[in-house]
Amino acid sequence: MNTIDTGYGIWNSIVWTLLFLGILSIGFWIRSLGRKDYKAGTGQTKVFLSGNEEPDPKGLHVRGDHLYWGMIAGFSGYYERIRRWHTGILSDYAAWFIGILSIIFIILGLIR
Amino acid sequence: MNPLSFHAPVLLIAIPLLGAFAVPLIGRLGAHLRRIFTGLIALLTTACAGLVAATVFSAGTPITYVLGGRLTLPSGMNFPIRIILEVDGMSTFMVILTALILVTAVFYSFSYWRRRSGGTMYDSLLFLLGAGIFGMELTGDMFNFFVFLEITSIAACGLIGFRVWQGRSQEAAFKTMALYTLSGLFVLLAIGLLYGKYDGLNIAYLAAHIGSGLVDRIALGLLLVALAMKAGVVPMHMWAPDAYGEAPAPISAVLVANSQASLYGLFRVLFTLYGLAISVTTLGWIMIVLALLTIFIGVTMALIQSDIKRLIAYGAVSQIGYMLLGVGVGLATSAGQPDYGLVAMQGGIFHMINDAACVGLLFLAAGVIIRAAGTRNLNMMGGLAHDMRWTAMFFMIGALALAGIPPFNGFASKLMIYESTFRYSPILAVIAILGSILLLAVFLKVFQAAFLGPRTISPIERPSRLMLASMGVLALVVIAFGLFPGFFVHTIVGPAAKALWLGRDAYIGAVMGG
Repeated sequence: MNTIDTGYGIWNSIVWTLLFLGILSIGFWIRSLGRKDYKAGTGQTKVFLSGNEEPDPKGLHVRGDHLYWGMIAGFSGYYERIRRWHTGILSDYAAWFIGILSIIFIILGLIR
Repeated sequence: MNPLSFHAPVLLIAIPLLGAFAVPLIGRLGAHLRRIFTGLIALLTTACAGLVAATVFSAGTPITYVLGGRLTLPSGMNFPIRIILEVDGMSTFMVILTALILVTAVFYSFSYWRRRSGGTMYDSLLFLLGAGIFGMELTGDMFNFFVFLEITSIAACGLIGFRVWQGRSQEAAFKTMALYTLSGLFVLLAIGLLYGKYDGLNIAYLAAHIGSGLVDRIALGLLLVALAMKAGVVPMHMWAPDAYGEAPAPISAVLVANSQASLYGLFRVLFTLYGLAISVTTLGWIMIVLALLTIFIGVTMALIQSDIKRLIAYGAVSQIGYMLLGVGVGLATSAGQPDYGLVAMQGGIFHMINDAACVGLLFLAAGVIIRAAGTRNLNMMGGLAHDMRWTAMFFMIGALALAGIPPFNGFASKLMIYESTFRYSPILAVIAILGSILLLAVFLKVFQAAFLGPRTISPIERPSRLMLASMGVLALVVIAFGLFPGFFVHTIVGPAAKALWLGRDAYIGAVMGG
């Protein structure tokens, strides 16, 4: 019921889930061994930023487009090219369709 | 067979069709009564889908239903001219998928569209779209396939542009309509060519006689490209982000099922209609190359989107690639039929229903997010999880499942695809896994941007219980299919894969006899 043949081996979801829950429990158990004698709401639990004041958290939220800016900048050549393909112009959409149809016709004409 | 089971295939088309035409009349009696009627039609349709599934799976062979009078099937009929519905394991699998998405979309729409005008036309078009999709999946006739394809095109475009006060919706509907029309014309041309050569339109009849001549090849090329375009295969996918992005959220979910019906049509043409008539290795590799392009370009385009619905739409496009990859490897190996070829087929087909549930869930959650934030721009969102915990949880389940994280359903089907395609060619599995990693990064971006961080906006509109329940149903499906993949592969995916891979003779025999 929960085992499948993957073509190279098998996958049992229940075994994985039990293992995952077991490891998670061990993690929580280790966490529970930590010190509990700290004073909440004092400097002991405040965020420490090298002695600087913690800025307003509203200004710290990383917005959607900023998360992978470095990676996207790194692949700017690739992105410039595929953005150029996505023109938003209907005749370009149709041209891709006709282009692929032509390639498929050539392939189907060549094979036995 | 009892009469209800016997007539279930045609009822599955007739009930939503009746709903589509009766809703405007019922709507005149009041919105409350219309909603009760709409819910009833959706539940009846789902019950019919269950009945079709029970009938086909218990029969073990394709069942046929002849309209316009009883003919002696399968034997004694040499030239089938009547309208025939032919339902095998693959059709049944698609019917289950469509019913699941349709019923959740209908109930979600109750709340989603409650305060908007035009609810009657909305429900009417939604059922028309459902009837068209079921028709495509059940018909055993090429011309009727075209008719149902056109019904889905008209209804889908009506729904994409339904918000007439938004210029972008109109533009998306126009672009989609133009490309759907182009695709429909090529399908019709292909059917005309086959009719001219073989004097028949029945799929089983055509399959029994199909050859590998010039006309057959032209028809195959036209059908392959037209159906691939309607399924959103790269590089013919460009209408999909426009359409999915601009349609109302529950309609975007149904559009995914609509695209998968076109994918089903493509698989039916390649496996059942043509079979081994034209080099399956070449056709399989055409699908594999298109699949890799679809995975990679779909997911990399998703990464740079800041509009949440367009981002999910590109994610949905990339998932079409996984289905094509699994089934493409199955097609390429269908002559030799190694054991991993069948697993690849099962993985690709299993991913269809998994994708429909995950992407459907993500689109429904996106509808809630957009209503709450008052924007589709991820850069303007943040901290929504503080006020919308259930939506955040449902979105996370859908996103993790789609990215192929265990123990959700997407992992099970993707693992089948990775490992079976690895045995065919390791590089295919490498690209597929890379696509999944990138997709996880994509949804990490959405979750972080919309739900995490300090509370920067307070929700304008919160989801109703019905909207949460609709998302909950899809989330349960995602979890159940992930925790018990063996059960679902054995009961619904296995028969579907076998019907395509090994069931061509049975499909032909159910109509032609012998």
